[in-house]
Amino acid sequence: MTLPVRFAGDLAELPTSAFGHRSLTWWGIVAFFLIEGTTFALAIGTYFYLMGGEQTWPPAPFSPPNPIAGTIFTVLLLLSEIPNTLAKRAAERKDLRALRKYLLIVCAMCAVMVIPRAFEFASLNVSWKDNAYGSVIWTLLFLHVTNFLTDFADSLVLAGLLFTKHSVESRRFVDAAENAMYWRFVWLCWLPIYVLIYWLPRWVS
Amino acid sequence: MTVLSGKDLPRDGEQLQGPALDARLARTWGDAPGLWGWITTTDHKRIGIRYIVTGMVFLVLAGLSALWMRLQLATPENSMMTPDRYNQLFTMHGTTMMFLFAVPIMEAMAIYLVPLMIGTRNISFPRLNAFSYWMYLAGGVMIWVAFVLNIGPDAGWFSYTPLSGPQFSPGKRVDIWAQMITFTEVAALAVAVELVATILKQRAPGMTLARMPLFVWGALVTAFMVIFSMPSVALASSLLIADRLIGTHFYNAAEHGDPLLWQHLFWFFGHPEVYIIFLPATGFVSHITEAFSRRPVFAYPAMVLSLVTTGLLAFGVWVHHMFATGLPRLGYSFYTAATLAVSIPAAIQIFCWIATMWDGRPRFRVPLLYVVAFIVTFVIGGLSGVMQASVPIDLQVHDTYFVVAHFHYVLVGGAVFPLLGAFTYWFPKFTGRMMDDRLGKIAFWMIFIGFQVAFFPMHFLGLMGMPRRVYTYPTNMGWDELNLLATIGSFVVAAAFLVFIVNAIFSLARGAVAGANPWDAPGLEWATSSPPPQYNFPHIPVVSSRTPLWDNRNHLPVMTGLRVDDRELLLTSVMEAIPDVRDPSAMPSAWPLWAAMATTCLFISSIFTPWAVVIGAFPVAAALIGWFWPKSPPGPEPVIE
Ligand code: HEM
Ligand SMILES: [Cu+2]
Repeated sequence: MTLPVRFAGDLAELPTSAFGHRSLTWWGIVAFFLIEGTTFALAIGTYFYLMGGEQTWPPAPFSPPNPIAGTIFTVLLLLSEIPNTLAKRAAERKDLRALRKYLLIVCAMCAVMVIPRAFEFASLNVSWKDNAYGSVIWTLLFLHVTNFLTDFADSLVLAGLLFTKHSVESRRFVDAAENAMYWRFVWLCWLPIYVLIYWLPRWVS
Repeated sequence: MTVLSGKDLPRDGEQLQGPALDARLARTWGDAPGLWGWITTTDHKRIGIRYIVTGMVFLVLAGLSALWMRLQLATPENSMMTPDRYNQLFTMHGTTMMFLFAVPIMEAMAIYLVPLMIGTRNISFPRLNAFSYWMYLAGGVMIWVAFVLNIGPDAGWFSYTPLSGPQFSPGKRVDIWAQMITFTEVAALAVAVELVATILKQRAPGMTLARMPLFVWGALVTAFMVIFSMPSVALASSLLIADRLIGTHFYNAAEHGDPLLWQHLFWFFGHPEVYIIFLPATGFVSHITEAFSRRPVFAYPAMVLSLVTTGLLAFGVWVHHMFATGLPRLGYSFYTAATLAVSIPAAIQIFCWIATMWDGRPRFRVPLLYVVAFIVTFVIGGLSGVMQASVPIDLQVHDTYFVVAHFHYVLVGGAVFPLLGAFTYWFPKFTGRMMDDRLGKIAFWMIFIGFQVAFFPMHFLGLMGMPRRVYTYPTNMGWDELNLLATIGSFVVAAAFLVFIVNAIFSLARGAVAGANPWDAPGLEWATSSPPPQYNFPHIPVVSSRTPLWDNRNHLPVMTGLRVDDRELLLTSVMEAIPDVRDPSAMPSAWPLWAAMATTCLFISSIFTPWAVVIGAFPVAAALIGWFWPKSPPGPEPVIE
């Protein structure tokens, strides 16, 4: 029924894992970046759309959010890129011990960041129920918190996995490198949102 | 841990081929027997079939809603149903057709066909694929259970604010609609991610982008469109739920929100959605035309460019759904021009198909008949679309039956006809048997004629001023005969569907047995047996042209060396499809089902309390950890190199 075959090559010597765009996981993660990035972009579009309908921003009588907690969070988030880069390099060198160490540092920093993050909600000076302005800045913050917590949880699980027998599989290093890439996405997305929540209302008001 | 070289593990090759290889691969790639195997399977073919059958069930449900509406409209001043029932019916019909039938079934066909067409063993992220199906099923069941309980949504398939807002739609109806959106978006986005990764990384050696089958191109462009458009409706509906449940004011003009924000976000998705339905259908048409005209598709590069252009332009025209809301002058001109521009790539494709048939030796079997019906119907729908791109005409016919006629011509003509053709065409691959030709032709003619009788009169009804979404109309308007005609046509269509379904069931049991390639078609999916084995291909095929089976009549070139004792597939480079990595593929697992159940609990209970989002996150997280935690001890090979 089916055609007879003719052997035209052998694949046995190919590697069983690779980094970056050679791996399937990388493409999956990039596709998720596109989805989440589009969501953020549309939420930002919503922000500007609603801003266009107001006389002042924030609309009277509200005052702009207090930037202290948000700024502390932002500084920590940017600093965490240092251990994150080191973790990514360790993963690419397949250096398990260094990877464990730097990933744990990233996780510890995340745990600290949760504190200013929680205070951010208290410094917005508006409730989501007050008006559309309040609704949209709460939403932007909420979206990013979800993004942040997701990768925090992901890093924790991955760190745990690195202390089990599964850590010898070379795929773990690909996972770790990709997790580090995701972390970059988290802080990249945060920067415009940070400006929109805390600074734009000050500049234009 | 010893490091083994590639050669030391069991692989296909000179020593292992034929029946021995088949048996070995079947053990590695087979599912557990019975119900457990059904629940845990990660086989793209089983999940694809499941998706297709479920989509067809939703088609039938939406079709029955349509019949019920047409029965009500058959005569003027009919009191068969209440206006509330009618509102629920058109909402359920439109919502089901768009979100539970058309988009999912196109993705479902891709789930089944794409891995076979590109010569790989399974789709990428197979457990995500299983998860996607369960989410889709849960969302569809939820909304239909609500309908049966008489709390079906009633604000139309696009649920405009302020009608759908907390003030004018109290109760849970709209929340259920909005949450159904969340379910189907999660499902659709998951499939889109899988398709992008599969198509870019898992093509058979030698299948460069320029040799990729046109359906695969359609699936790729569609997947990107899903990725860029679905977040918009997911965001829109989440904001709507927030307005309704926790008192935000996104769409509330009184607190400086804006109801028109909804229309922007919805149509930024809604217009691309039409192409998400249409582009895969053009893929079907290309394959069918090619196989039955017995020549390669005319002007392949033009076809690919048209697909990509359509995908891009589709994101620039959403405002044409909002002409009646008032726009700046320049806005009108811009969106009219952009809308007219979309018709150019569609026209190019149509010319190419006609040229393919013209230059080939067409055999008018049932699938090709559907292609002809598609061309005729879609061109009529396209012409009425071009008419509405002109703002004065649009303002005149807005919200009348003219629009209803237009979008059924493009949706049924542009998607359902190609789908029925595709179903007939790939039925032997799905099942190993042919569909009956005579019953197929009867169903075809009934559906084609019935459709024109049902929908052509609606153009006139619209021009005569009959508004859409009315549950009845007065006698003296001159609309009576045309409405009766439309109802008769609808029943002919329904009868035709019955014939089609009977044919499918009958053929499944007793149809003529099909060989691997019953139509003498050129694509790789026809190189393997019908239905294909769990592992799709015993050896990985190698491709050196766009029509591999026509160019290798005597034997199929293949590559050997993938492991047969573990699920392994081949990754190739993105552009040139050069073999690169041997990658493991997921084993069967029940975790996707558990994860989908946890997510379903979260989504449904969040209709009732916002705390569900916080509390429900924990079981979801637990299920995801269970899912990703490695199950088997580290294997002999993939260790630190
Ligand atoms: C061939 C069988 C079909 C029949 C007889 C039919 C009939 C109808 C009827 C009677 C309406 C309501 C008109 C009104 O009161 O405004 C309607 C609306 C609609 N139909 Fe269909 N239809 C069919 C197939 C389809 C298909 C295949 C799709 C999509 C893929 C579809 C999508 C829609 C949509 C989106 C609406 C608008 C719902 C709304 O107003 O919210 N229909 N159809
Ligand atoms: Cu449109």
